[in-house]
Amino acid sequence: MELIMAVLAGILFTTGIYNLLQKQLLRIIIGTALISHGAHLFILTMGELKRGAPPILTEGIENYTDPLPQALILTSIVISFGVTSLLLVLAYRASQVNGTDNMEQLRGNDYE
Amino acid sequence: MLLAVLLPFIIAIIIPFVSKWKDKIHTGYFVTIVPVIIFIYFVRFIGSGFEPVMREYSWIPSLNMNFAFHLDGLSLLFVLLISGIGALVAFYSIFYLHKSEQLGHFYVYFLIFMGSMLGVVLSDNVFVLYSFWEFTSLSSFLLIGFWNFKKESRYGALKSMLITVFGGLSLLGALVFMSVLTNTTSIREMISQQQLILNSEFFPLILVLLLLGAFTKSAQFPFHIWLPDAMEAPTPVSAYLHSATMVKAGIYLVARYSPMMSANEWFFIIVSTFGIVTLCWGSYMAVRQTDLKGILAFSTISQLGMIMAMLGFGTDIALFAAVFHILNHATFKGSLFMVAGIVDHETGTRDIRKLGGLMTYLPITATLAVFASFSMAGVPLPFLNGFYSKEFFFDSALHLEAANTGISGVLQAAVPYLAVLGSIFTFVYSMYFFFGTFRGKAKLDQLPKKPHEAPIGMLVSPIVLVLGVIIIGLFPSLINKPFIEHAASAVAGTTVEKSIYFWHGFLYPPLILSITVLVFGVILYLSRRVWMPVYNVVPGILSMNKFYDGAVDRLENYSFTITKGYMNGSIGRYVRLILAAILIVTFAFMAMTGGFSINTDNLADFTIAELLVAITMVVAAIGTILTNNRITAILILGVVGYGLAMLFVFYRAPDLALTQLIIETVTVALFLLVFYHLPKLGKKEESASTRVLNLIISIGFGAMMTMVAISSHSTKLFESISSYFVDNTYELGGGDNMVNVILVDFRGLDTFFEIVVLGIAAMAIYAMIRLRQDKKEEE
Repeated sequence: MELIMAVLAGILFTTGIYNLLQKQLLRIIIGTALISHGAHLFILTMGELKRGAPPILTEGIENYTDPLPQALILTSIVISFGVTSLLLVLAYRASQVNGTDNMEQLRGNDYE
Repeated sequence: MLLAVLLPFIIAIIIPFVSKWKDKIHTGYFVTIVPVIIFIYFVRFIGSGFEPVMREYSWIPSLNMNFAFHLDGLSLLFVLLISGIGALVAFYSIFYLHKSEQLGHFYVYFLIFMGSMLGVVLSDNVFVLYSFWEFTSLSSFLLIGFWNFKKESRYGALKSMLITVFGGLSLLGALVFMSVLTNTTSIREMISQQQLILNSEFFPLILVLLLLGAFTKSAQFPFHIWLPDAMEAPTPVSAYLHSATMVKAGIYLVARYSPMMSANEWFFIIVSTFGIVTLCWGSYMAVRQTDLKGILAFSTISQLGMIMAMLGFGTDIALFAAVFHILNHATFKGSLFMVAGIVDHETGTRDIRKLGGLMTYLPITATLAVFASFSMAGVPLPFLNGFYSKEFFFDSALHLEAANTGISGVLQAAVPYLAVLGSIFTFVYSMYFFFGTFRGKAKLDQLPKKPHEAPIGMLVSPIVLVLGVIIIGLFPSLINKPFIEHAASAVAGTTVEKSIYFWHGFLYPPLILSITVLVFGVILYLSRRVWMPVYNVVPGILSMNKFYDGAVDRLENYSFTITKGYMNGSIGRYVRLILAAILIVTFAFMAMTGGFSINTDNLADFTIAELLVAITMVVAAIGTILTNNRITAILILGVVGYGLAMLFVFYRAPDLALTQLIIETVTVALFLLVFYHLPKLGKKEESASTRVLNLIISIGFGAMMTMVAISSHSTKLFESISSYFVDNTYELGGGDNMVNVILVDFRGLDTFFEIVVLGIAAMAIYAMIRLRQDKKEEE
């Protein structure tokens, strides 16, 4: 199952990156969201899947799944939420001010 | 001793505040006090019974970098020069620089230089020495470019920076080699283990790198070209950095390592050759200059070459003469620079073709110039210190103790002739400097200002230096025993004892050489109009300056073209480049190390339910690309997120599943709130080739991540650290839910910063929305 999950993570990255390389801001944000999903799955796969009980101490159970990737992912989910919402508002502002959400038109000026 | 080195830095911090009152009191007065204090502190070490002093202060002990200060005879000579000349120059600058200049900047750079120079000559730790060394280059750069509104200043500053920092990096290379070979960072310990370095196969490389550092700093041919351009600096700076102290840092370095390096024949060959060639070339070129400071710049180059040559000779008498000349050169050249500054200040020009006959207008300055320039010329008079060291120079050139065969043999035979040749030109430019400026017919109509004698404050410093010239000339034994001999011994590594006499008898060979120089010098000076056209042939077209300019121009063009080639302002392109680089590096690394491995032994069971979820996610993820409808794209992105939550349930991560569900819901809601304001998803109008490129990059990246995931699952290099958390959650964290305990307890700081990040994001979002509203209200 780990192999399938690794492939799934890879596909999520692929679609994410492809979206990221587009010109429209909304697509780029969707791309970052997909990449973070892929990353979470990636971290989870690096541990061992489905070995033992959920990581909550219970009488009589010795074997638990790895709690460390889960803790990392939990942090990451929240952070990626913050990133996504910031990007969304940024895109909203950028398109309001500049009248376009096309990255090719949002360039720096020539005097930089 | 640490305080003495740090004092200039400490005062430099205060200067910007003090310079606020510059209208009431010139900032220079505060600065002058610093070198005076340092001079008084160190001058008490002078005496026949001087013993080296060692002081060590910890700085970064784990890297073996400590402020280890070692004061021996050589360091003492330099320290006194730096503080003594520093005090005089600072005082002189009070009258030279008008209050309307940016005095704060000037004196901060000045003090930084002074402190770093003291650090260079006192440090026993090579890396501390190197740091101070680069600091002197940096402050020299800032001081040359002090009048940064002038194009020439900026050019000169950049040139000196490029050349000396290039040398500095070579020096660093040499120091690293030596410290690795001997496993110490102390210069003294390196010298005591010199066999390790001398017998190493890297020795030729070390020698070349070290000498590159020294030659660039001390403006030896062919790296001398930065020094004439450095004359754009204010004259006090030229007198201080580019004549008396900083350019002698290279000399210091060679002298410091001479006890070790001189055991090798190549040290003698390289250092002597470069020194003597620099002596001849510098003095030859000096005669051609029309700018007073240009003459002095080339004269400094040639004098430095002479000192360098003597360090290369390596005999006792040569080393003694070298340190003696370091002192003498500082006195007469320092005063000549100040004279040039006075002339510039009082007449408004430094062009020697416009000057002349100033003796009647500036009598005191002219008197000072007589002593200083005649001393520089080495005229045999008992009250000129330049003559003594020049005579020692001839003496040492006649008594080389090198092998008689091979290159050394040729060099040994050639040195006396070259020494005389260089000295003849030295004589010519000294006369040219003095007579061209002060004698002859006055051309007052060509001068921007009507000349008159300088204010007394400006004259004090050169007077002190010229008094030094005369006193050393009349009573050489005054400084010999207590001072010069210690310095020479430090360079030689053994005790050196010499007596200085004026008169050795008529048949004393060096005297005959001196008189030869005098005779030919006078002839050449008087007939200079006849032979001046020779300069059109040599150096003619081929000069190092052209080479430097061409190299710098080309570098700038190339880097501009390359940068323009990939920085075209398209962010999509940058992302593509970055991703492609990551791909290439990772795949190449995997291929080279055989990093990819797949191990199917330890896999979880395969279930249909998971597979179905996975397939749904894949379809949804691809759907985000294919759809052109905003709402569809957002909703199927939600499908991916919920699918992931489902997988978290399968993989026994209840906390993750819950969080993912909530966050995904909120995210989708947020998307739906915002999307209305964003333009519609248009058709993708990029070309087919871009699309293929994007596809290649993204598929490559996905494949890379899959491979890394599989490899990392298949290889277990280390024992997992997770068992620690499993075992200790209850004892240390007091909770049953391991994930929660890790987050709030074991990795509490991470979580804290996570909250900070969210807070910042929230503030940024708020600001972006609010700012727009405020703007609207204003409208």
